[in-house]
Parts: sequence; structure tokens; C-alpha cells
Amino acid sequence: MNDATTTRLTLFNFWVAFGAFGLACFFGMYQVLERSGLFAFLQSPAVYFASVSTHGVLMAFVLTTFFIMGFGYYTAAQSLRRPVWNPQLAWAGYGVCVVGVVLAAVPLLLGKASVLYTFYPPIQANVFFYIGATLLVVGSWFWCAIMLVMFAQWKKDHPGETVPLPMFATAANALLWLWTSLGVALESVFQLLPWALGLTDTIDVGLARTLFAWTLHPIVYFWLIPAYIALYCYVPQAAGGKLFSDVLARTAFVLILVLGLPIGFHHLYMDPEQAAGWKFLHMVGTFAVAIPTLLTGFTVIASLEMAGRRQGGTGLFGWIGALPWKNPMVLAAILSLLMLVLGGFGGIVNASYAMNAMVHNTAWVPGHFHLIFAGTVVTMYLAVAYKLWPELCGRKLYSEDLPLVQLWGWFIGMVIMTTPWHVLGLLGQPRRISSVQYNSVLTLSWDPYEVAMVIGGLILLGSACLFVYLLYKTQAAGEKVEARVEAADDSAPWAPAWLNGFALWNRLILVLMALSYGYPILQFFLLKTHSPTAWGY
Amino acid sequence: MRIRFPDKKWFHEKMAGLGEEMSRLEINELERKWLFVSVAMIGLFVGAIVVTAAMHGVHPPSHVETIDSASLHLSQEFAEDKLGVQPEPLPDGSLQVRLVAGRYGFYPREIEVPAGRRIVFRMASMDVLHGAHIPMTNMSTMIVPGYVSEVVSVFPKPGEYPMLCNEYCGLGHDHMWSKVTVVAQENWRAPATGGKQP
Repeated sequence: MNDATTTRLTLFNFWVAFGAFGLACFFGMYQVLERSGLFAFLQSPAVYFASVSTHGVLMAFVLTTFFIMGFGYYTAAQSLRRPVWNPQLAWAGYGVCVVGVVLAAVPLLLGKASVLYTFYPPIQANVFFYIGATLLVVGSWFWCAIMLVMFAQWKKDHPGETVPLPMFATAANALLWLWTSLGVALESVFQLLPWALGLTDTIDVGLARTLFAWTLHPIVYFWLIPAYIALYCYVPQAAGGKLFSDVLARTAFVLILVLGLPIGFHHLYMDPEQAAGWKFLHMVGTFAVAIPTLLTGFTVIASLEMAGRRQGGTGLFGWIGALPWKNPMVLAAILSLLMLVLGGFGGIVNASYAMNAMVHNTAWVPGHFHLIFAGTVVTMYLAVAYKLWPELCGRKLYSEDLPLVQLWGWFIGMVIMTTPWHVLGLLGQPRRISSVQYNSVLTLSWDPYEVAMVIGGLILLGSACLFVYLLYKTQAAGEKVEARVEAADDSAPWAPAWLNGFALWNRLILVLMALSYGYPILQFFLLKTHSPTAWGY
Repeated sequence: MRIRFPDKKWFHEKMAGLGEEMSRLEINELERKWLFVSVAMIGLFVGAIVVTAAMHGVHPPSHVETIDSASLHLSQEFAEDKLGVQPEPLPDGSLQVRLVAGRYGFYPREIEVPAGRRIVFRMASMDVLHGAHIPMTNMSTMIVPGYVSEVVSVFPKPGEYPMLCNEYCGLGHDHMWSKVTVVAQENWRAPATGGKQP
């Protein structure tokens, strides 16, 4: 079902997402240049921190939220073969999100909201920044509602049948987002907004950080699940094979949903306001949620191997060469899995309860999450765009080779940029500085890595511009073709009720959340806490 | 609403149903093996952390202790003349160092500590969020306004170390650092009073 409304909804969401992405890459480029210290005229902490804040918000909140909403509408309509439920509501949600982005963008660009994308009270941003960010979240809840209603309606109309995998995963993501965005929503409504509006004078920073941690890690799975949907539902077919195991895929999505939520305290390991036991509990959860990712790696690689062998690849590694490397979806999958492996090992170091002290808040951390987010996640978003654009516009992709150049560029640039960051992190360079001002011999060992960072950034910016250009040219000047829809593989084998719905899992999440966040939040109302007043930059 | 507690029969029926569902699920032999490997690998990592935490007492800084940041200067512990390396060691022989973090430095700006000695840092913020890190050591903690951060470290080698602020705290954040000098045990002399360091 690919009706005009779905197409328009998807395209409108995608353009905001990828427009934000292109713009954010320019901010990123400026940051590596400024930070390298090689260009004296660029040095400006005020511009740098405004730029970091804008880059973070655009990439992490705008690109992801709009991409996920657009991809969700498409996936739901496509795999359930029914139109998007209540398109007016979908457009209303879109409108609320766009208004939110504009409201937040103005103070960000004026340097009135340089609080980075993780907010950081008691430094206070302009109130419109908080209102805008809140509206973006509220608008995305409209999307969650639509996804869950469509999921429920389909199940009601098809008793005993198994929900197609892409929609099962999309519904899991909508639920995950509702659960996880609640933390930041509580922080926003009960702490940040009253405080920024002047209704309260002080803010409990410990509570704010705890609520933000509730959102801060699961949000990463909200961004990751669409990439996994592409890996499970598009990649095996694109490689000329089929998905190795539908059951294992469902299991992985359920595990991410359930285990991904109660783990946020690994962002607070170095914080004084939570006791060691709670951090330990969240650490165990953090390691457990690596299991679905290990399963995903296995299932996707097994599917690729089957496809490679079907196309004549033999021997232990021969199937790798036999894969259709010229298919953007396959290439993206291989590159993003490589970056997932590299970034994943870094993540295990971060997650390690005590080892974290060595790398906490150093350049290691952006090195890690650029590999996972900009590497694994965004690479799959790009591949999805290449696959869907011709369908959405009814035009052939403007070029067959340039997408491959673009994807390789993104991979190479990311590796060149993040490798020095990992080294710099181990050498102790903090992540959130605009220039090195420490009069210490230690910093001499940091210098050689700055140049690599700039080269990586340049390649990435070129790749991002090429991507946006390709989408634009396809839509504006691509050769017109009949809209040919390659449906994702949605032949669902039998699955038990607990892998076909979320009633059981929601209850389990409720219990886990109460266990892992109940007392850690309650303690701020039991302890004698002292809340500081607002500070400027 | 009457709550029915599950009895034995209900439990048996449920388990039988689950057993049947599990046998209908097709899980490939290789998948089973990989699932086992994944769980074992994660178990090994968690196991290593449990051992170091439980046996060697290695924990992240998690000292839940509140303090009013607005009146640090009036407090018993963080008043100006009480800061720095404390003259009296703690009962277990550790040295205590008290620092106030504020935009843009850790006060006092320079401290001198002996190598190889257990040092307990106690720090509090007088304004916003800060982070303290001595690169390439485990001396790392966030300093959250309203809380006292306590972190324990040992510096094996003498030398000059920077203590950097690693959390964005404002536009002067780049400049926020203080100097820690580690001297050989035999060359170190305890200060006579707190707060005297430069």
C-alpha cells in the first residue's frame, strides 16, 4: 500500500531529516577545524559551543526523529498493506515537531542555548530552546500513537496471524520511545520549563541528571532500531538471499526493548548522586543489551553468507567476494557492521563499571558514538533513502555509482576521524573543549592527531553533500519510471503470542523500570538536597 | 476485582503450553551455539567486573552526600582555609585533599602530593556542573552542584599532572585546569595547615 498520503508523509519527514543532516555536517566540519587549533582566526569558544549544541541537536534529535517517523509511516503502510491511520493526526504531529525545531533553532543559532544537546542544568538556556525540544518530543508521540493503533488494528483484523517483522519492530520502537522519552519529558515539564520561565528559582541537578539518564541511553536504541529493520528486512533480499531467522530477529527486537530501558546509569558512573549498587545494576543491564546486538550481527552475517554462497561464493571467505558490493544496501550493511564491531568494543570499555574512569568525558566517547551512531545508524539511514527515493518520487536514482562513492566516503571519513579520537581519549584529552589551553607537557602528545581529524571531517562533509545532492537530483531530474515497489520480505512464519505482541513485555518493563529507577528517583525527595540557582554560560 | 492466585494446575498448564510453543519455534543449531557463545562472553565480562568490585572494592565514585553549594565558603570543610592537602592523614594512613571546583579552576590551583600513597579527594562545586580528570589515571569524577564528590586514587610515578575539567561548564571551560605535582614519597613534606598551598 503506497498511496499518495503515505508517500507525501514519508518524503516530508525525510526532507527535514536529511536537510538537518546536511546542515549539521557543516557545523561538524567547523568544529574539527576550530578544535584542531590550526586556524587561529576560527578560535572562538562562543561560536564553538553554539555549534556543538546545534550539531548535536540536529543530528541526534532532528535527523533521527524525522527519519524514524517517515520510515515508520512507510513501513506500516507497506508491510500491513493498509493506509496510514488518521493522516490528519500524522500531519499535526509533523507540524508540532517542525514548530518545535524552529523554536529551538533560533536560540541555538543565536548562541542563546549553548547547553549542548544534553542540557546541563544549572547552566540555563533561553526558554524557547526547552519549549522547542519539548514540542519535538510531544509531536513524535503522535507518531507513536499512530503506529500502535495500526499495529493493534491489523492484529484485530488478522487473528492468529503473525505481524510482519518490519511492523513488529516499528511497533517495538514506538513503545520504546514512549517509555524512554518519559524521563526527559518529566525533566522538561517539572524542572527545566518552570525554572526557565522563572516560576522556580532553583533546580535539583541530581534529579535532572537522573531523569535525563533515563532517556539518554535507550534513545540510542530508538535511533538504532530502524537501522536494524533495514539490516533484517532489506539487506538479505538485496544481497540475493533471505533472512536467516525470523524468530531470532523478533527476539532481538524484544530484547532491545526490554533490556534497553533500565540501563541509563552507565552515563552516571562518575556522578556522586547515585550509589554504587544502582550503577552496578544498570551495568549488568548494559552488558545484557549487548546480546541482541550480537544476535543481530550473527543473523545478518549468516543471511549475507547464504546469499553469497547462492551466488557461487565458496570456501571460508569466498562468499564475501561474491556478494553484490555494488548494491548500496549491501555495501551499507557491510560497512555499518564493520563500524558496529569497532564501536561496539569501545562501548564495552565505556560500559565497564570501573574502567569507565579512564575514558569518561574524553575524546574516546565521541569516537565511540560517532562510530555507532554516525557510522552504523546513519549509514543504514542513507541506504534506506537510496532504496526508497525512487519509490517515493517515481524516478530512477540519479546515478548508480555515486551512491557507492558516497557510502565509501562516509565510511573512510568516519574511520579517519574517529581513530584519532580514541587515541586522544586514552591520552586524556577532554571531549568538550574548543581548544587546548593547558600549559602542560602532556598536551604535546595530542598534536599529531589533530590533522587526521580534519582530513576525516573533510571527507565526511564531501560525502554528506554528495548524498543530499543525489537525493535532490533524483527528485528534480531523475528519469521517470513507473513506481515499482519492492516489498520488504514480510512473509512471517508462525511465532508464539509473546513474539507477536507486547502485553507481556510492557509489564516486564514496568517492573524493571520500577526496580532500577524507583528508589534512585525517590531518594531526591527523601534526602536533604540543595538546589543551585541558574547560571549563564 | 478478585485476585486469583495461580495454583499448581494453572502453573502446569502454562508450562506445558510454553514447552509446546518452544518446540514449535524453529531455532537453528548454529543459532543456539551462537546464543550460548554470546551469553558466555557477556557473562565473562560481567564476571570480571563483579570480581574486581566485590573482591578488590573497585567501584566508581558514588558517594551520595549532599552539601549546599551556595554556602561552601561558610562550611566546616570547604572554607578557604581548610582546602588543599590536609596536614593530618586519615586514620587508615590515606591523605585527604579538599578542592572546590568553580569557574574556571580547581581551588587551590596547585597541590603537591606524594607518589604511591592512597589519596582521598573530596570536591564540591560552588557554581555549575564540573568534571575532574587527571589524564591517564583513574582520578575522575563529576562534580555536581549540591553534592560532595569523593574519589580515591594512587599516583605511582612522580611528575607534573594537569587536573582538567572534563565537563562543559561555560565559555571559559577550555581554561579550567589546575596543577597536581606528584613527588617521591621521601621528598614530600606534609603541609602545616590546610589552605596554604598556592
